Amino acid sequence: MTTPISAKIPTPANSYEAGKPVMTDLNGQTLLCLRTLAEENPASLETYIKLGGYSALKRIVSEKTKATDIITQVKTSGLRGRGGAGFPTGLKWSFMPRYFDGVKYLVCNSDEGEPGTFKDRDIIRYNPHQLIEGMAIAAYTLGARVGYNYIHGEIWQDYEIFEAALHEAKAAGYLGENLFGTNFCFDLYAVHGYGAYICGEETALIESIEGKKGQPRFKPPFPASYGVFGKPTNVNNTESYASIPWIMQHGGEAFAALGVPNSGGTKLFSVSGHVGKPGNYEVKMGTPFTELLEMAGGVWKGRKLKAVIPGGPSTPVMPASAIMGATMDYEGLSKARSSLGAGSMIVMDETTCMVKALHRLSYFFYEESCGQCTPCREGTGWVYRVITRIVNGKGKMEDLDLLTDVSNNISGRTICALGEAAATPVLSFIKHFRPEFEYYIQHGKSMVESQIDAVVDGKAEPK
Amino acid sequence: MLSPQAIEKIDYELTKYPADQRIAAVMSALRIVQTERGWLSKESITDVSQYLRIPEIAALEVAGFYNMYDLSPVGQYKITVCTNISCMLRDSDEIVDHLKAKLGVGFNEVTADGKFCLKEGECMGACGGAPLMTVNNHTMHEFLTPEKVDAILEELK
Ligand SMILES: Cc1cc2nc3c(=O)[nH]c(=O)nc-3n(C[C@H](O)[C@H](O)[C@H](O)COP(=O)(O)O)c2cc1C
Ligand code: SF4
Ligand code: FES
Repeated sequence: MTTPISAKIPTPANSYEAGKPVMTDLNGQTLLCLRTLAEENPASLETYIKLGGYSALKRIVSEKTKATDIITQVKTSGLRGRGGAGFPTGLKWSFMPRYFDGVKYLVCNSDEGEPGTFKDRDIIRYNPHQLIEGMAIAAYTLGARVGYNYIHGEIWQDYEIFEAALHEAKAAGYLGENLFGTNFCFDLYAVHGYGAYICGEETALIESIEGKKGQPRFKPPFPASYGVFGKPTNVNNTESYASIPWIMQHGGEAFAALGVPNSGGTKLFSVSGHVGKPGNYEVKMGTPFTELLEMAGGVWKGRKLKAVIPGGPSTPVMPASAIMGATMDYEGLSKARSSLGAGSMIVMDETTCMVKALHRLSYFFYEESCGQCTPCREGTGWVYRVITRIVNGKGKMEDLDLLTDVSNNISGRTICALGEAAATPVLSFIKHFRPEFEYYIQHGKSMVESQIDAVVDGKAEPK
Repeated sequence: MLSPQAIEKIDYELTKYPADQRIAAVMSALRIVQTERGWLSKESITDVSQYLRIPEIAALEVAGFYNMYDLSPVGQYKITVCTNISCMLRDSDEIVDHLKAKLGVGFNEVTADGKFCLKEGECMGACGGAPLMTVNNHTMHEFLTPEKVDAILEELK
């Protein structure tokens, strides 16, 4: 691949420059955010530097590259927020007030806790320095003096890896005061959650950093004007920041060229559930679903694919027939009537009972609603109780319309998007698998249970 | 009274925030004290709030909001199994059943000898390693099988 380096961004003065993007191929992946993965000691500073790490930061800071030029590159790259909403990162950066009398903050959202999402964890434990460099470049661009990376509490061992990487980076002169002999200063800290999905929502996360309950704030004001400690704050996802060093090394156009129109670059897909090799796969945007499924070892135990939730439970479930022809990018999945979300593919084979799967998801949203808004608090509880009734064999046909109604009434009437996220699985599961719900209500048991005996699994007794 | 070790750790966390924002360290402070004492008693909450010079209710609210804080005793080892969708698809229910049978307790119960407590967890952001569980919040065990669970329990005994 040839790399058009944009005229505005000077070529880095090291061996990884012009036309030689560092992309490691590991079993057909295109490793960019996880580019250290093929190395022996992927998380070490030494490895990262060997692959050209911190060269973009050093060049930008030493040459005093103009912030507007960096933002232009990020816009050109087509990078869209990897936290789920897909908001263009360059555009978001342009909202930060340029001049502000006081400290501005930079926040990284590593709180992934949406079921099926576990990609940021691998960036943190296998390539922490790329995230640090990306945040430092963002801090330089946006004039942020202090940064926080908020890490999901349950991946504690990875939190400690990141803390260690921060100390390493600071000792090596990539964080702290007067970096590279200039007046650029940036302090970056790791902070942790402790078991609350809602803290992934950016304003809840900000509240949590401030030492409060993680309850989302009304927007506006947006974090860009009123964020951490009431100061202008930029919030991005881990993978968004981790993409930045590569973009600044090779230019926005090179990044855009890796993907497809409107979806630049590579994307980490967390593939979980019924596949042979669950895990993260970093591939080019626009990769066909079938290719990704194959990389992940195909459907578990050679069974038949039934459905896929392509981007985490807040994206509509897709029946096998709908996803088989889809490509993994923003437009590819929206054309197939779902959405890329955070790239959290939950694969379900023919042995999955959709009623029970929805039951578990409805419990999750009920349990994790922060309770501030009545439609969300009451609605998620109501939905959970009705599905529980169905699962217990006491459902009524009217329940399906009731579930649809209640879910429609949560959406759009809440402070944050959790309400809508809770409604999406209910609406899409019933839409695509209605006969299965009806069967359960009529027979008081799962349609799948009666079919499963036929499946060679060893779990069910033969009839 | 906080131990000198706890104070040292909390002081480190305080360096991450502006001097007038001691409250921001409450998440870490509660975590540090809980790790040391096993769970968060009323007295622990008081200790944390006094050290941070914040209202006790502020610390209590935080401790009550986040699932990984324990406001009642959880035995020596708290085992939390994720049962959310990706883990469920990888048969986390078998792991739960196995643990229940082996320990003789249900969710949120502590074994008679005070050693183990079983909890149901939400997605831990590690679904690729399903089924999985944490021990005392900070140690994760992935790709569980009943045999692997037995080995882990044996080591904790
Ligand atoms: C309920 C809820 C949970 C969320 N969880 C996460 C999360 O775990 N990680 C994340 O990056 N964004 C999450 N988001 C989106 C964030 O609010 C925010 O849009 C994102 O961090 C911005 O970063 P990006 O533009 O780089 O994607 C969540 C949003 C909602 C409503
Ligand atoms: S929508 Fe739900 S989670 Fe979001 S603020 Fe309202 S009650 Fe809380
Ligand atoms: S669903 Fe169990 S860790 Fe995510």
